[in-house]
Amino acid sequence: MDRPVRELSYAQALQEAMAQAMEADERVFLMGEDIGVYGGAFQVTGDLVERFGEARVIDTPIAELGAAGVAVGAALCGQRPVFEFQFSDFATLAMEQIVNQAAKMRYMLGGAVSVPLVMRFPAGSGTGAAAQHSQSLEAWFAHVPGLKVVQPSTPHDAKGLLLSAIDDPDPVMIFEHKLLYKMKGPVPEEAYRVPIGKADIRRKGRDLTIVATAIMVHRALDAAAILAEEGIDVEVIDLRCLRPLDRDTLVESVSRTTRLLCVYEGVRTLGIGAEISAMIAESEAFDRLDAPIGRLGGAECPLPYNPEMEKAAVPQIPDIVAMARRLVRGTV
Amino acid sequence: MTVQMQIDRRANRPAVYDRLSNEQLRESLRRMHLIRQFEEGAEQAYMRGLIHGTMHLSIGQEASAVGVCVALGAADKITSTHRGHGHCIGKGADPKRMFAEFFGKETGYCRGRGGSMHIADPSQGNLGANGIVGGGLPIAVGAALAIRQQKRDDVVVCFFGDGASNEGAFHEALNMAALWTLPVVFVCENNQYGMSTSTARSMSVPNVADRAVAYNIPARIVDGNDFAAVAEAAFEATDRGRGGLGPSLIECKTYRIRGHSRSDRNRYRSKDEIDAWSRRDPIVRLEAELVGLGILAEADLAAIRQQVETEIEEGIAFAQESPPPAIADLLRDVTSEQP
Ligand SMILES: Cc1ncc(C[n+]2csc(CCOP(=O)(O)OP(=O)(O)O)c2C)c(N)n1
Ligand SMILES: [Mg+2]
Repeated sequence: MDRPVRELSYAQALQEAMAQAMEADERVFLMGEDIGVYGGAFQVTGDLVERFGEARVIDTPIAELGAAGVAVGAALCGQRPVFEFQFSDFATLAMEQIVNQAAKMRYMLGGAVSVPLVMRFPAGSGTGAAAQHSQSLEAWFAHVPGLKVVQPSTPHDAKGLLLSAIDDPDPVMIFEHKLLYKMKGPVPEEAYRVPIGKADIRRKGRDLTIVATAIMVHRALDAAAILAEEGIDVEVIDLRCLRPLDRDTLVESVSRTTRLLCVYEGVRTLGIGAEISAMIAESEAFDRLDAPIGRLGGAECPLPYNPEMEKAAVPQIPDIVAMARRLVRGTV
Repeated sequence: MTVQMQIDRRANRPAVYDRLSNEQLRESLRRMHLIRQFEEGAEQAYMRGLIHGTMHLSIGQEASAVGVCVALGAADKITSTHRGHGHCIGKGADPKRMFAEFFGKETGYCRGRGGSMHIADPSQGNLGANGIVGGGLPIAVGAALAIRQQKRDDVVVCFFGDGASNEGAFHEALNMAALWTLPVVFVCENNQYGMSTSTARSMSVPNVADRAVAYNIPARIVDGNDFAAVAEAAFEATDRGRGGLGPSLIECKTYRIRGHSRSDRNRYRSKDEIDAWSRRDPIVRLEAELVGLGILAEADLAAIRQQVETEIEEGIAFAQESPPPAIADLLRDVTSEQP
């Protein structure tokens, strides 16, 4: 009989992935603000500086653009940097190096180079940190050819996707929802990989496909449990990767369930749900649809500080339940 | 010993006090107390679970906020930082409305939308705290450009931290301010750390003031826990700005006594270091100085503290009793068109 798999928090799972990668490959090193003795703003790097030293766990000055560029340069020349933004919002200061440099170098130089860079972005709302510390900007990055964008929702996938990202020859952006860091789940001890570009069907269902990302996967699963009691059988797909998109899994699922609801925290307009909806509308699943495609995303506003307003600005379980009822039954 | 010190101090009355009335000095001390007690009140409310999010306390840094703002008039502007409560109160903000913002209420400075990190009061020239380190630096330069275009003689004070001076925005902002001879006073509150990272571990030069040289900006380093030293540098710099001579930089050497934010475990510094700086408390020092100079009596000190305590209690009560924003207003003020 299998031993029960040990549980780790999402933050611990990420930390274990970094430690295993650093043990296995001396080219791997970490950069970021306060990731050393402080352990990172969300304690993801924790005590790694004690294990691997300051030469491989580098506290940078507060200089996002410059430090991101340093990581790009090191990756270009054969190192394997794993770069932590303290909050994903601060990546806006580093967009030049990510979008103009890292993403385009391989192509612009005719395939002569590679930028094996990993960037980690603590993202999302729910902590009362207001408009400049709560955004979900992953769709911005998914709009850029040359980048890969992943969004793990469980400790298991956090570790497996981070290890795949470190192996990957291209720049990979990992969006980590802040509310998930303390969440626990089974995480195998060995250095396993979760493939980049594969969605995961978290719950099988017949009536409606909900495609969700990050924290919304958990809200969708909770909503599905409520809906099951009403006789609505929901399939929940954890997208896991925004670029490349797992077209096959989504088209197959929607063809079966004949209904689609996208749930994501980023601003609804032009968010990942817009792309998924368009992709389904263009696919063979379109003819099978029995209801309009639904989208639930972040409100069209910056994230407010007041806790009740903050909640109202992103999809919550009752919103998902209500929208699912509407799509399946035509009424709430 | 005490008598001797008093005599020396009288002889050493800071020159800048000639520009300040006794009432202004009293008010400065009162504002420093107000900052301290405001933050202690906010901290307690946080620990009691009454407010959420995080906050960055400036306890120990009150002299730089008030010492600079005392040189400003109502039309002058400031840009502030994530550690901005002191700047707000220095510029005349009402603690009631600041508490209301902390409590996420409609009566707060940002109507509950911004919280601690975004308190602003444009009507008083406070262009706002900032969640982005270095975010206020170019904005201050732009505000100074507007002042010049409007042919006014106001100045802009740009508060920022030592850590912010490592951002590109700092360097770009200083260059433009000097290039265009704009009335900006860059005030670095060098509290020795950007979060956990000491200046020694993050800066290639020992002082932020050293960086001003590269931009041809005159810079002064002052004891940031000495109200008079800060005020003197502030008057000198604002005089320069008003006189059309361009930007200046003041580096206030100071220390934050509390952790960086609510989640700091203080692993990167020693208790001895914190204790040593606690003994240089700027409020205690100003009180001793004002009493020594005969500007205030012991009884005045007690009265000030008592008055501030009452004001803080009233502020918290006001915040608690205030209504929250209506959820229906979620999409209000995203742009000038209302939903
Ligand atoms: C662009 C950006 N990077 C990082 C942060 C996270 N952060 C907030 S405050 C801070 C330290 C700032 O140090 P300093 O400028 O010295 O100000 P202090 O906190 O010491 O007052 C950091 C790293 C941020 N808010 N914005
Ligand atoms: Mg600092």
